[in-house]
Amino acid sequence: MNFPVLSVITFTPLIAALIILLLPPQRKNEARAVALAAASFALLLSLWVYVQYLTQHLTGYQFVEKYTWLNISPLVISLHFGVDGISAPLVLLTGVVMFTGVLISWGDDNPHVMAGIQDRPREFFAFLFILAWGVLGVFVSLDLFMLFFFYEIAVFPMYLLIVIWGWKVTREYAAMKLTLYLFIGSVVSLVGVLAMYWVNAQNTGVPTFDMLAMETASFSTQFQIIWFLPVFLGFAVLGGIWPFHNWSPDGHVAAPTAVSMFHAGVLMKLGAFAALRVGIMLLPEGAKYWSWLIMLFAAVAVVYGAYIAFVQMDFKYMVGFSSVSHMGLVMLGFSTLNQQGLLGSGLQMFSHGVMTALFFAVVGMIYDRAHTRQIPELGGMSKVMPFATIGFIIGGLVSMGMPLFSGFIAEFPIFQGVWGRQWLVAVICSISIIITAAYIMRNIRQVFFGEMPENLKGHVGDITVLDKVAITTLCLFMIGIGLFPQLMAPMVSSGVENVLRLLGGH
Amino acid sequence: MFTSTSFASILPEILILALGMLVLIVEPFWKEDQRRNVGWLTAGGLLIAMIVSLLFGQPGEPTSTLGGMIRFDWLGFFFKMLFMFAAAMTALLLMDNEKAGRRGEAYLLLLASLIGMNLMAVSADLVMLYLSIETTSIPLYILAGFILSDEKSTEAGFKYLLFGVLTSTIMLYGFSLVFGFSGTTDLTKLAEMYQVGAISPVTAIAVLALILVGIGFKVSIVPFHFWAPDVYQGAPTPIAGFLSTASKAAGFAVLIRVFFVAFPSATLAHSWTIALAILSAVSMTVGNLLALPQTNIKRLLAFSSIAHAGYVLIGVVAFSKLGAASVIFYLAAYIATNLLAFGIVMAFSKVTGLEELKDYSGMSRRNPALALMMLAAFLSLTGMPPFGGFVAKVFVFAAGIQAGYVWLVVLGILNSIIGVYYYLNVLKYVYLYRMPNEDEESHPVPLTRPYVIALAVLAIGVVLLGTVFAPWFGWSNAAALNLF
Repeated sequence: MNFPVLSVITFTPLIAALIILLLPPQRKNEARAVALAAASFALLLSLWVYVQYLTQHLTGYQFVEKYTWLNISPLVISLHFGVDGISAPLVLLTGVVMFTGVLISWGDDNPHVMAGIQDRPREFFAFLFILAWGVLGVFVSLDLFMLFFFYEIAVFPMYLLIVIWGWKVTREYAAMKLTLYLFIGSVVSLVGVLAMYWVNAQNTGVPTFDMLAMETASFSTQFQIIWFLPVFLGFAVLGGIWPFHNWSPDGHVAAPTAVSMFHAGVLMKLGAFAALRVGIMLLPEGAKYWSWLIMLFAAVAVVYGAYIAFVQMDFKYMVGFSSVSHMGLVMLGFSTLNQQGLLGSGLQMFSHGVMTALFFAVVGMIYDRAHTRQIPELGGMSKVMPFATIGFIIGGLVSMGMPLFSGFIAEFPIFQGVWGRQWLVAVICSISIIITAAYIMRNIRQVFFGEMPENLKGHVGDITVLDKVAITTLCLFMIGIGLFPQLMAPMVSSGVENVLRLLGGH
Repeated sequence: MFTSTSFASILPEILILALGMLVLIVEPFWKEDQRRNVGWLTAGGLLIAMIVSLLFGQPGEPTSTLGGMIRFDWLGFFFKMLFMFAAAMTALLLMDNEKAGRRGEAYLLLLASLIGMNLMAVSADLVMLYLSIETTSIPLYILAGFILSDEKSTEAGFKYLLFGVLTSTIMLYGFSLVFGFSGTTDLTKLAEMYQVGAISPVTAIAVLALILVGIGFKVSIVPFHFWAPDVYQGAPTPIAGFLSTASKAAGFAVLIRVFFVAFPSATLAHSWTIALAILSAVSMTVGNLLALPQTNIKRLLAFSSIAHAGYVLIGVVAFSKLGAASVIFYLAAYIATNLLAFGIVMAFSKVTGLEELKDYSGMSRRNPALALMMLAAFLSLTGMPPFGGFVAKVFVFAAGIQAGYVWLVVLGILNSIIGVYYYLNVLKYVYLYRMPNEDEESHPVPLTRPYVIALAVLAIGVVLLGTVFAPWFGWSNAAALNLF
């Protein structure tokens, strides 16, 4: 048997979390070191999986592992792991965000800086890694029960992470709001998932939660039309789809930096990914029937999200709403149900994940030092933290969809796909690009190149070396994919082929 | 006729009885300050009794023993093991209780009530059933009011007694009607008598309603729940934990056996499943809504236990093999989870003497390990993985949807959402809020050894039930097969 690389990646954070919890509470640096070691290990392994998939031109589900977990009629559950062209980049993304998130949370010796996690870092890293465990589990699971199991695991640590280490002003409200939204979404999907399970058992005579087997369940069109919306929207809540996006900016703002990075960078992809895997791939007829509605919701999210981001005065809220807008593009790509649109969505999930993680990292670095996030109260950061400035500008260019950066590679096919389906929507949504460019450039001018206010002068210093490593890592991925799309596009494309096969287009 | 099979069928009870006598004999010889060691004796004795029963008392094919009074099958055996485990944990948790831990009677009464529960799970005859229910209840009445110097405890004991006597009398009336119409008290024969028309459907439904009053009290479903919050709050906390877990599970054991074995006819089942579905819906909703404004942790757990009885009923309503298996699995997960929750409440109030939610502020700084276990218990109650509560809920919901009760499952899910709110609220006190003077370092919450052992075993159990659930569900399924 081959090396079970996906299980190792998935369970590394869990084991690390347990080790961290076994350390004595006062051993703060040891907890951080274990966290960093585990995150690096997971990053390297996920990079290895990605490179293998890419260089060997693999297609379909690879690195498959299957262990029967429960086989008692009528319940059949297996631990079935595997990655395809869509999920392999997301596993890599999780590794990247984990690694950079740990670096960002390390802390700073400077007493004027509130950076990093000083209060109970042991619990912080343990909860963060349990979250990562759930996220990785969802990306690699090919069994619907296990996918759901991991999905729920990814939900509850968010509550604790936000409520304990979050921004004091809104954390209780935001954490509860986020948890309730996500829990409602996930349990609504659960009803759909269970209904699919029984109908599949009835149609095929073989009860199983295995998604590859359920693809051939031949659900009736009527069944698919009824259940597509609860299943898709239930998961898409976590993807921040309008009109269920409201929890997301509040959650982003209240969360500590590393959690915001995880939340916007990875968790929102989790919702979009599960909506694709379970909603579109298992209920394709339902997806075709309702695609107009998804397109409508997504289009509103894209334009409205960008507009709300434009009028925000709070730096973090601005980034939070820009996430809604960009995740709207992912959903927009899904709703096209064609090759270009889905390809663009796959790329956008990765590109946006890296970009938004970088945004939140930089916002966190500035807030920790300036103690304010109000855009008019900030200024002149390029003089004190040039490295962060360059990082933010690169992220901004990605966000605007500039050629040579990953954002362009992702957004162009999405608009292409939307044009093929409904040109008017493409035209309306392209407005968002202009709005995005406007608020990003305005911010760069004000926050980084404007005049530094008197009260900030003197005590706002540069970022730490670890912060710089994190920024560099994130930028490398954005530029790398922008310059060499062939590093990712063929892979995602092979995953998209599978989706199209299920949709019956080819 | 007393054969080796009939001996094996009551082996656990014989062992428990012997243990109880040993407790009685040993206790007077120990000095006052050593008497808490009776708890070690009880817990260790129960552990040995479990092992011996597992080795020599395993059932084979379901048989009736002791003149048809006892049904010797996996269903009963699995429940017996659950009850004995719960009693052993309760004995450990009782040891360091100020008022009750050093009195041998408490352990003896616990064991007496345990014998009753064990017999409840295996009774195949209405007379035996009634006797075993009373054997369970009477020691529990005394235990609930055990602390005479405490008004609340006395009130709890008296309240429990009044409600218990009233409901069990109504149930007994139902039993007598059944006997009057059919001339038999044997559960299996009752099903046959119904088939041949000795009992009319209307009578059967009326009788079931009367029986349901008694069982509904035991499992504390709405509208027979009024005693629960006051009794849980007033009774010594280990006893409240035992009441809310083992006693409730025993009630469900009786419920599924009586309803599934004695009244399985399709037309009749149609009526009682609907009735139970309504009770389930009401219990979940009322339990969860009333849990929302609670400020005392024991009252909160009391209302949450009413809500959980509602979730379990979804599996009963499904009236299928999967439904029964999921009910049993749910009860196993619930026993571990709720005992853990009550155990933490005990360990915490042993040091602080406080039981209000706000008193839990800063607990994660005072004892991080205890806080983590509290996290596990409350997330399991919420129904979050990787804890037992999640898997149990999914299985119960799956059974409900399989049986076509989508509306009930949707209601159950809406209720879980309410649950998220108040369970997480407790965790907010534990993890976020601080003590008034922010001086947690100098107010640690040390745990004595019995607490450490009991809580660790329960916490591991909660995690195992939620991750490696296949063997547990396999046993639940084997037990459920005996019903059909």
